[in-house]
Amino acid sequence: MPKDNDIAIETDDLTRAFKKVVAVDRLSLAIQRGEIFGLVGPDGAGKTTTIRLLCAIMNPTSGSAKVAGFDTVKEAEDIKRRIGYMAQRFNLYGDLSVIENLTFFADIFAVGGDVRNERIDQLLAFARLTEFKDRRAAQLSGGMQKKLALACTLIHEPEILFLDEPTTGVDPVSRREFWDILSDLHLRGVTLFVSTPYMDEAERCSRVGLMFEGEMIVCDKPQNVKDLIGGELIELRPDDLRRAGKIVADLDGVLEIQTYGDLLHVFVDSAQERITELEKLLAREGIGVSGLRQTRPRMEEAFISLIRKRISEGRTSNPVASRKR
Amino acid sequence: MRNEHSVVAEGLTKKFGDFTAVDHISFRIRTGEIFGFLGPNGSGKTTTIRILLGLLRPTEGGGIVLGYDVVKQSEEIRKRIGYMSQQFSLYNDLTVVENLNFYGGTYGVTGKRLRERKDYILEMANLKGREREMTKNLSGGWKQRLALGTAIIHEPEMLFLDEPTAGVDPISRRAFWDLLYELSDGGTTIFVTTHYMDEAEHCQSLAFIHLGRIVARGTPQEIKETIMKGQVMEIDSTDPDLALSALRESSLFDEVALYGALIHVVGRDLEAHRGTMERLLQDREIGIRSIDIIAPSLEDVFISSIKEEDRKIREENGRQ
Repeated sequence: MPKDNDIAIETDDLTRAFKKVVAVDRLSLAIQRGEIFGLVGPDGAGKTTTIRLLCAIMNPTSGSAKVAGFDTVKEAEDIKRRIGYMAQRFNLYGDLSVIENLTFFADIFAVGGDVRNERIDQLLAFARLTEFKDRRAAQLSGGMQKKLALACTLIHEPEILFLDEPTTGVDPVSRREFWDILSDLHLRGVTLFVSTPYMDEAERCSRVGLMFEGEMIVCDKPQNVKDLIGGELIELRPDDLRRAGKIVADLDGVLEIQTYGDLLHVFVDSAQERITELEKLLAREGIGVSGLRQTRPRMEEAFISLIRKRISEGRTSNPVASRKR
Repeated sequence: MRNEHSVVAEGLTKKFGDFTAVDHISFRIRTGEIFGFLGPNGSGKTTTIRILLGLLRPTEGGGIVLGYDVVKQSEEIRKRIGYMSQQFSLYNDLTVVENLNFYGGTYGVTGKRLRERKDYILEMANLKGREREMTKNLSGGWKQRLALGTAIIHEPEMLFLDEPTAGVDPISRRAFWDLLYELSDGGTTIFVTTHYMDEAEHCQSLAFIHLGRIVARGTPQEIKETIMKGQVMEIDSTDPDLALSALRESSLFDEVALYGALIHVVGRDLEAHRGTMERLLQDREIGIRSIDIIAPSLEDVFISSIKEEDRKIREENGRQ
């Protein structure tokens, strides 16, 4: 029996080491039932390993985790019945039709009898795939394949759903549709644990965990994570980005500078005060500027700022460097 | 003598049986620019690239790439371009430097020039010190930069990149775009497809393709100013999920969507609806932090133009 009904996922110093690297390093976390929890971090931060540990597919080196009240090592079977797991490369059967794929997963999870057809119909409608039900999975677009994969992981009505980068490579229209479906699940009370490289998706979660080199370095509501940057944000498009970046760095009140393509993001103590100084300075240096404005920092800027701070604190020279044991 | 345009496509069409993957598209890409090719999954982006590289023969129409005909002179084209596909074509069991040697060999880059190119690429891609590492052990961002490196070993005049940043984290994504800017500054023409609309903002020119047809074309600014029908109201509220369903249920607006935690409402004459929106949210006890008409983002425009096109097609089908 589940011991605590409010907590869906709980980990205590959860650790997984491989030969050369500690992929997950003493992770302690509690996720309430009904949350949408977003897991973000650079490549190789340990996101996929975390999900696999929680899905009871892999055993930890030390520490422990409970999912739906069950221990991931001793009670793995109880967990598997209660969760859905959509891996990064979820295997659909390309030669089978949409409906055959769903039937196949219904068999695996022993969903039979009258319930089965009823549930398949519901899932088809839910994933907006009813009109494509006889199409072979291989002939669906990328976005539709992701929706079918999601429908397959929902066949046994899991309480907790783990999704590992479910929208990677999906176009903006389909990505939005996919998140509309996740919102529906959320409103029905399903707990969602999602890893994503898209920062706008992270912003839709009830809480976000930022992983770096196996450690959870921040775990909070999106707004609180954004508040960690400190300062206000001025955005501009200078005609000489590199020179502008160097010049602006010396200005009083500048806390941090980020570039993206031809765009310069300047974090300052007070935008109102600094925006005119900044404009004058660049004009004096003969740098043309367009699109100068104060704007709200997003999760994207927070992510970069927090990872950078971590790097400058100096345990590694690069965000994607592998870490040795 | 360089051509004014690196790509000239005229009425390019590709049919696979009954299915028209690319449907009479025409466009030009100026030499040296970063050209973004955007569209939903299955809209014809990769097919177009394959035609331009001379890998697929068009059913109708034709194209000139770097002055050479895509049907008759594809060999000449392939010598002068670099291509990075969705599945990076790296050899996982080779080291970083062996991959560069291999691609150098393929393109006939040898001796001193190969050494110089390798040096430049390792430096540029921040791969110095990892020359002897096995490619399979590199994480996503490194692999991606190595794949770019192998695509430019022969100093191509033009680069084709098919979703180079899919699944890549924000820091690596930015580092990658810094590299593209550097190459573009050096005169390389860049053709890139992406699903990240913020990346599209950094292209000098764009085309939206949907169901094999080009539905919008221009600079990001031109597209934002001309294509979008209607305005965008941005709402910062205390409960975005609930606000979203309240505004959608009203059926008053063309589109209601979440951007992170912010809501974008798309419709006409939105200023007149401001009071209605406020009331809809207040009725559900949702707090409003701000509510403003904003300039549409490329994502707003992209989604709006795709939906508009779908609506037209449904109407056409309805008439038949």
